[in-house]
Order: sequence, then structure tokens, then C-alpha cells
Amino acid sequence: MTYEISINGKNYRLELNQSAGQWSCRLNGREIEVDAVLARPNVLSLRIGNKAYEVKCERVASDVHIWVGSQRFAPEVRDPRSLRSRSHAADDHGPRKLTAPMPGKVVRILLAQGVEVEAGAGVVVVEAMKMQNEVKSPKKGTIQKILVSEGAAVSAGDVLAIVE
Amino acid sequence: MFKKILIANRGEIAVRVIRACHEMGIAAVAVYSDVDRAALHVRKADEAYPIGPAAASESYLNIQKILDVAARSGADAIHPGYGFLSENAKFARACAEAGVKFIGPTAAAMEAMGSKTRARQAMERAGVPFVPGTSRGLESFEQAQQVAEQIGYPVMLKAAAGGGGKGMRLVHAAGDLKSALDSARSEAERAFGDGEVYIEKAIINPRHIEVQVLADEHGNTVYLGERECSLQRRHQKVVEEAPSPIVDPDMRRRMGEVAVRVAQAAGYTNAGTVEFLVDQQKNFYFLEMNTRLQVEHPVTELITGLDLVHLQIRIAKGERLPFTQDDVKVRGHAIECRIYAEDPDDNYFPSPGKITLLLLPSGPGIRRDSGMYEGWTVPMDYDPLLAKLIGYGTDRDQAIGRLTRALSEYFVGGIKTNISLFRRILNHPDFRSAKIDTGFLDRMLKQTNEQPDSQADAEATEVAVIAAGMFATLGSAAAGVDERSATDGSTNTVESASNWKAAARREALR
Repeated sequence: MTYEISINGKNYRLELNQSAGQWSCRLNGREIEVDAVLARPNVLSLRIGNKAYEVKCERVASDVHIWVGSQRFAPEVRDPRSLRSRSHAADDHGPRKLTAPMPGKVVRILLAQGVEVEAGAGVVVVEAMKMQNEVKSPKKGTIQKILVSEGAAVSAGDVLAIVE
Repeated sequence: MFKKILIANRGEIAVRVIRACHEMGIAAVAVYSDVDRAALHVRKADEAYPIGPAAASESYLNIQKILDVAARSGADAIHPGYGFLSENAKFARACAEAGVKFIGPTAAAMEAMGSKTRARQAMERAGVPFVPGTSRGLESFEQAQQVAEQIGYPVMLKAAAGGGGKGMRLVHAAGDLKSALDSARSEAERAFGDGEVYIEKAIINPRHIEVQVLADEHGNTVYLGERECSLQRRHQKVVEEAPSPIVDPDMRRRMGEVAVRVAQAAGYTNAGTVEFLVDQQKNFYFLEMNTRLQVEHPVTELITGLDLVHLQIRIAKGERLPFTQDDVKVRGHAIECRIYAEDPDDNYFPSPGKITLLLLPSGPGIRRDSGMYEGWTVPMDYDPLLAKLIGYGTDRDQAIGRLTRALSEYFVGGIKTNISLFRRILNHPDFRSAKIDTGFLDRMLKQTNEQPDSQADAEATEVAVIAAGMFATLGSAAAGVDERSATDGSTNTVESASNWKAAARREALR
């Protein structure tokens, strides 16, 4: 199996083969001695050479995070043989969405449609777990649309407003 | 002894109290709201009763529903935990009238302490040291202006019925007083249904140190040392430790004696906490008394060797304190981290959701009081406190070392937690040298760029690349059966068979 994996903007080519519980591994063409035990679902005990690591796989919705110690990585894994390829190109130009960071209730709309907004200015206040949190504009621009009303219940990821 | 105790709470504290009940051979009754059916406290209890919708006002704060459950279950006492009804004098009184023992102080003692302004009047008479300010609620903006001029800026506005930082405003200059007063009042009104606000001289960068007291119903009151609670964010405690690194035996005795006087002036019984502000010259000023068991009570338990919940129950049953002040010895050092469901990378937004992976720390000097488990969905309706991790050692350095080690073992996946924040705090040179005050955390959080956590080193990155490939190769086998059916919704009819398959694949990996 060959994967193209990118982490923090760097690309790696990983060849992995597994047979009879043994792994063989080449990273960017370099042979690496690895040994792995799935200690429990989502937890790998990994040996690379004689160094030992406990690696955790965290799955949240469609995101997969890999934790090595206390460091978190968000790798993008592409299998060149498959057509599936995920990319989340962040775009600073054009309209940007403000999304609810967690499920909760909209308690206040701070800026009206059509109003100019600075980057980092609060637009909508969402309450969850006894905390009120301002959802802030990701860029300087104009509020193109407010999509929720005060009192509305929202889920994580719901679009609250669009800034153009 | 009581036969059966109802715990009018949820989360880690409900579990904590249930455990104490079982240790003492007492049956434990849980109550739960609609969103808490699967909560850990329900699993641990002997009996459990639904008390209504998620909104606390319709469940955990509903006095009648709780008392109905007490009657139905035949509970002879109620432990209120902290928060919710724990400092509600009406509830304490209603319990007494219903013939159920409230495990805590009397309604009268609570009322004396519950209003910060009234508490202050009683304490002034008992000769307790105070921060300069008004002991009454402000009647007008003009009065606020006048008092502020008199005691000098900066001043602090505080809600009389307050707690948890709600209705508090720091005012640096006269020009900001009006808007701060208005917003403090409306916030207090919203949070507590009482807009009464008073004013005090603000002590800049004070330490927040509190003294645990315990009083039986026969007139014996003792103090159990202090807790340093200076590490706060938005006036919420984040890390607490005992003893305080700046309190020596003489200061401990002086603070303890004042705390006992405060408790006695209010006719206080059961466990309570007297909070002090301590300035840079180590002068201490009475702040308020919390008439409940505190979140951070475990650090006191570890350094005194006492179980505060056991003692609360014994005192409520009418027993005498089984020791005197002279018997209380402080030994070692304990530090507590409050693990919250919140996102440190996103301004500490609350982060409810399903816990998909949970790895737990253990080993020497580690105590974990938790209300969560793997597979549980953290509801969005309540306080985001998930668990408390407490490290204990012979001295402060060892406690820090153990806690740091335990934090590296602790993993909560699926939701965001503030675990990484504690790593930063415990490694901070000012924390290590105990140069802390209530402004420490805000200052530390402003130093954004030095985040060793996010500075991925090359070695770890390679490990992550290899592991990512392995997890992709292993596919659903590595994710666990439950995860697979939960995420892709595939109907796996023969659940046990697929478990076997997953186990077989795991075997094949070896």
C-alpha cells in the first residue's frame, strides 16, 4: 500500500505492507524498521527502531487527528490508487462563513446585515454550558447575511452568518 | 447512621458523594435530567429517579421534584454537592420541613453568608479584616461615584448575590464607572435574579487563598489548612493547591483563627470555606464564605488525610468532630487541575460532544475524580467540568512532577479539553517558583507564541505519518466496532460476531 500523506504543508510518500503481523515500511524511499500493536481501538503501540511510542487516533466527524505524546497532527492521507482526495483549501478571498463552534443557543446578534465589520469583531453570541461566547468575524468586510435569529438552537458547524 | 442519602447533583461531585456513601454502607439515590440518563452518577447509584428536562431550573434546581424523590425513595438525608441547590437556604429549610436532613449548614447560617453584603455586616462585628468599601448595596450611581473617590481607584464592583465572577467589574477610572455599574447590575439580575451590586477597593494582582473549616452541631469548629486558588480565568478557578506556597505555620494559624471566628459568628455547621484576598505584603482580607463543599476539596483531603464527605455525613448525623484542632496536621503537597470540556485553541469555547477515546492516568500520588467515561456524550446544558486530576507528593516539586506525568497519560478524544493548558501552567517558570497571583493565567495566555505543544518536531511528525498510514491500512478494525457503526451507520446485525472479527484482526497485528 502506498500513501501520500501531508502534514503541516509537507508531503510524505509512505509505503506500508503488512503480512503475518509484520510491517515493512519505507518513508520517502527510506527503509524504516517498525513494529506495531493495536493496544485497543484507536491506540497503537509503535516501535520505530527501539524507540517506543503510544499513538492515538482521534476521530471527530470527518476529521482524523493523530496524537504523538501531547502533539496533535492533522494528516491528510491520500491513497493514489483511489480517487478520493480530500482537501480543505482555506480561502481568504470571497465570502467567509461564521459557524457555531459548538451546539448551543443564539442569545444575541451583535451586528446587523449590511454593516461593516473588522476582523475579530464579535458578530453573534452563542450560549452553551452556562458560557456566552462571541463568534467573531474571520475577516474585515461586510456582513452579507445573518442566517440565525436570537433564541435559535444551533448545532456545531451550523452557519450563523456570512461575511463578504 | 443514615440508611439512604439522595444526591441532588450530577457529574463528578455526584459520583464523589455516591462513593463516600458506599464506603460508609449507605445506599445512594441519584436524580437525573432527561439528558443525563446515561451519566456516570446514574450508573454508580443504587437507585435513580428522573426529574425532568435538561434545563436545570426544571430539574436539578427544582426543590419540589427533589423532595418528591426523597419521599418516594425513603432517603433520610440529602447531599447537595456544589452549585445547583447547595447554597439555597430555601432548599435547606424545605428539607428540614420535610423531615430530611440537609447535609450542610442551616438555612439561617446560609442566609447570613449568602448575601455578601449581609455577611460583611456580621463579620465586621466579629472583627474580621475587610477590603475597604461599602458593606451595603449601592443605591445610586452618585453614591458609587462618591465611595469610589473616597477609597480610590481602581475599584471592584460585585454582585451581592454573586459567585463565579458573574456581575463583577474592575473599574480603573471614574469615566468607566457608569457603564460598568450598569452592566454589572444587569448581569447580576440575569444570573441571580438580584441586581444588588456593591463596591470595594480593587487589590491588584492579589492571591486568592481560602481556608477550609469544619463545624459540628455541638459548637466545635476547626480549620483544615488553606488552599491556594490564585490560578483563575474569568474569575473561575483552574488550578488549586494546598498548602499555599506563601503561607507559613504562623500565617496559617492566624488565617485559620479568623476563619473559625467567621464561621462561629454565623452559627455555622458542617463543611464551609472562608475565602481571603492576600496582598503582596501578605495582608489577608475576608472575601466571602462559601457554604458548601468546594470543587477543590480533594487537595485538602490529601494533605490532611481526612475525608471531608465522610465528615460532612457524620456531622449531619449529629456526631461530634472526632478530632481537635491540635490533631490536624498538614503533610505533603497536593495540586488539582480542573479538566473542562473547552477548546484552548479557540478561546476556551465550551466543547460538548461524544468522548470517543479515553485513556486514564494512574500510579503513585494520583487521584482522579471524574464524571465521564468513554462513549458518553457530554451534554451542552451544564457546567463544562468533566473531571479533576489531583497530584500529591511529599513536597510541591514532587506533586508537580507527578501531575505532569499523569497529564501526559491522560487522553480525552472526541471533544476538546483544557489538558494542554495545564502542561503550560505546570512548566511555567513562575508557577514552578510559586510566583502566582490572580493575574498569572491571563498574563501567561497572552504570551501566545511560545507554545512548545504546537511546534511539531521532526521526529514526532514522522511517527505521525507512519501511524496515519497504519490506521488507514487497518481501517475500521482499528477504530473499534462501536465507532464504525456509529459513524457510517451501517447495520451490523451480528454485533458479537463482528467483535470477534475485530479481535481476530487485532491478534493478527501482533
